Amino acid sequence: MNILKKIIMPLLGLLLWELLAIWLNNPVIIPPVESVINILMNPQTSVLGTGNLIENTIVSIKRVISGFIIAGIIGIPLGIFMGYFSTIMDLFDTLIELLRPIPPLAWVPLALAWFGIGETSMLFIIFIGAFFPILLNTIAGVKSVPKILIESIETLGAKEKDILLKIILPASSPSILTGLRVGAGIAWMCVVAAEMLPGSNSGLGYLIMYAYSLSRMDIVVASMVIIGMIGLILDRGLKYLENRYFKWKSLTK
Amino acid sequence: MEIFDKIKLVFLMSAILEIKNVVKKFISEKKEVLAVDNVNFYVKHNEFLSIVGPSGCGKSTLLRMIAGLETPTSGEILMEGRKIKGPGAERGMVFQQYTLLPWRKVLDNVAIGLEIKGIPKKERYEISRKFIKMIGLEGFEDSYPYELSGGMQQRVAIGRTLANDPKIVLMDEPFGALDTQTRTILQNELLRIWNKDKKTVLFVTHSVDEAIYLSDRVIIMTARPGRIKDIIPIDLDRPRKRNSMEFIEYKKKIVDKLKDEVLKTYNMNNYSI
Ligand SMILES: Nc1ncnc2c1ncn2[C@@H]1O[C@H](COP(=O)(O)OP(=O)(O)OP(=O)(O)O)[C@@H](O)[C@H]1O
Ligand SMILES: [Mg+2]
Repeated sequence: MNILKKIIMPLLGLLLWELLAIWLNNPVIIPPVESVINILMNPQTSVLGTGNLIENTIVSIKRVISGFIIAGIIGIPLGIFMGYFSTIMDLFDTLIELLRPIPPLAWVPLALAWFGIGETSMLFIIFIGAFFPILLNTIAGVKSVPKILIESIETLGAKEKDILLKIILPASSPSILTGLRVGAGIAWMCVVAAEMLPGSNSGLGYLIMYAYSLSRMDIVVASMVIIGMIGLILDRGLKYLENRYFKWKSLTK
Repeated sequence: MEIFDKIKLVFLMSAILEIKNVVKKFISEKKEVLAVDNVNFYVKHNEFLSIVGPSGCGKSTLLRMIAGLETPTSGEILMEGRKIKGPGAERGMVFQQYTLLPWRKVLDNVAIGLEIKGIPKKERYEISRKFIKMIGLEGFEDSYPYELSGGMQQRVAIGRTLANDPKIVLMDEPFGALDTQTRTILQNELLRIWNKDKKTVLFVTHSVDEAIYLSDRVIIMTARPGRIKDIIPIDLDRPRKRNSMEFIEYKKKIVDKLKDEVLKTYNMNNYSI
């Protein structure tokens, strides 16, 4: 019953889509479901001479992972230090608050000017997208550590290093993971957008734009489906980790 | 005169902790609270000293200052002759609040002090298991704090502090959440460890009965601002009989002195704006 409830709307949507496709009979506006499925079922055949679906997907994933990792390597330690040392917070706070509201894509012209057309620019955009959620969630995690936990291990002889490693880091890791999950989602959106930029020649974003220019909407939609699925898997995967390793968080009164 | 100085010297040498003219004022934008007002006392090596006093009279504040978590507004606290500047492992504290680390199992919670000291895993687990047994939680080594009741968590916190082997143990109403039987067992365990390991214990409680049962001396504090109203030495052999005449005499005496203060707290709360 439950599973039925969960899939009924997607199935209805699919049906509606197919009816519209038949009715309009114009694959440039609404490609029929079976043509999209056909592409998705044969991910190893080359599409439009740009490599196959799998290759393009892997290119996009690799980019996301690189930009995301850099964002984590900078965002997590900076967030911990900002959350814990008020001097560092005071130093960086205003700058961060100013930069944070700027959408990642607004950085495109600067990125192109600084790094030229190519990988580095894309990595930069992904980095910007993932960085702020990771940073802000890390800070929030550190700030929400109950003071009494720190005090209690101080009376057991803990020094600054012990407090950071044995209290701050583990206590804020659920929040850090939330930041990573949100950051990964945004990074994934940014890669697709970045790949649509001029000069790009691989990845799912590129494939979408290229297929569009050739009016191959079936390929566009197939790529969109893949993007959606990978985003979902990413989110669910990290949520699973949250539930699995940080059960204490939700169960502690 | 000289003889007095000598007596004082001998006296101070046996004191592990001296609290001298200690005042603590909490100042916020809205108001000032004088929590502790000019408190003087000392704790002897290997002494079991209890503090009783009405709620809000500054007992926790006093303990927190001794632990080094709070600085006195004026006055000073000396540990073995040296002024306390911050927290340290030689002054272990059991807090009134729950303070276990929720992501650590009981065993790793009890072992954390030893872990900080750099004691190898095998050894620190061995020691910790001994203390887990002592607090009556054998079989719960692998449980997480959220799987334990409040009283059980408090016992783990006691085990954690004792396993760290502090010179002086500061305990802030550690048995408050326990039933009478468990309480009695832990009181006896505490006395046993205190006796065996030659510890010094400074114990805050609301229970006069508990204070008399455990202590060499009982400090009675006044209603806020907390001052020392009286210090009563308990001259009874251990193990003490709660139903003995002398015990009941002590109880009457201390309860009487406390009653006035508790009433004052009440009036203060009723009439202050
Ligand atoms: N951090 C703080 N800031 C402001 N006021 C405080 C602070 N800590 C304690 N106080 C005030 O100091 C007074 C003494 O508090 P304290 O916790 O020491 O009392 P207590 O004797 O331990 O009471 P109880 O028996 O209820 O635990 C109270 O009036 C309390 O409101
Ligand atoms: Mg208290």
